[in-house]
Amino acid sequence: MKALIETIVYPLVDHPDQIEVTVEETDEKIRYHLTVHSDDVGKVIGKNGRIAKAIRTVVYAAGSDTNKRVYLDIM
Amino acid sequence: MREITASGRTIEEAKENALSQLALDESQVKVDVIDEGKKGLLGVFGSKRAYVKVTEMKSAVDEGKQFLVDISRDMNVSVDVQVKEDQHGVVYDLVGEKLGLLIGKRGQTINALQYLTHLVVNKNKDEYVTVVVDAENYRARRKETLEDLANKLANKAMKLNKEVRLEPMPSFERKIIHTALQDHSKVSTYSDGRDPNRYVVIKPE
Repeated sequence: MKALIETIVYPLVDHPDQIEVTVEETDEKIRYHLTVHSDDVGKVIGKNGRIAKAIRTVVYAAGSDTNKRVYLDIM
Repeated sequence: MREITASGRTIEEAKENALSQLALDESQVKVDVIDEGKKGLLGVFGSKRAYVKVTEMKSAVDEGKQFLVDISRDMNVSVDVQVKEDQHGVVYDLVGEKLGLLIGKRGQTINALQYLTHLVVNKNKDEYVTVVVDAENYRARRKETLEDLANKLANKAMKLNKEVRLEPMPSFERKIIHTALQDHSKVSTYSDGRDPNRYVVIKPE
């Protein structure tokens, strides 16, 4: 899942070397936290959060086969 | 991404050597000069060869394809991505099994993939390319469903003599609704709300 998040974000940003994804896992949920270079924040959030929403849609679809609820925080 | 370093007596010759080794032409690569070289005396004494680094550049359309291939792999869905280009833009057709996961409920996943691929293909571009991601003829089936829905709700609007609001849809789906009812004599359509929650309203005349 971490790889998927990185795959999605990599071509969207100008500083792909500064993509960072951390994971926090509890019994019921897995929470991923994505951070990017400060110049790239708009490129992963978008107008009205449209890009962030699209990234989450794909990540949540991939997480639908696990029993745990998946969350993705951006920044 | 292929990348080679080649040499020659001049920069031009080094570049030609690299291109023939990669079997590419100049428009498909990026050339960095590492060493300009020196002619030397009589072209023999003290001469230094020129070195260039040549990197294959993927076209934006290829990058879009690679993006979809990589995402599908990370989602554990094996797909083949077929690319069709025409003057309107590019269509990526996903072929494989288990495509339901990539399409999602009411196409929300395939629409998200389409939007993200559009961003990748049009990144740093002046001209704008339309990107469509399709799977198992989903776009055609969805168009039919939306046209049926448009007609059904137009009848409802007429019968109740009240405006009927549709669920939020992306712009290319709203357009299908507007187009389906544009010649309808008893109803008109408009969109309201802000993306991504913009929706079509069918209004009786």
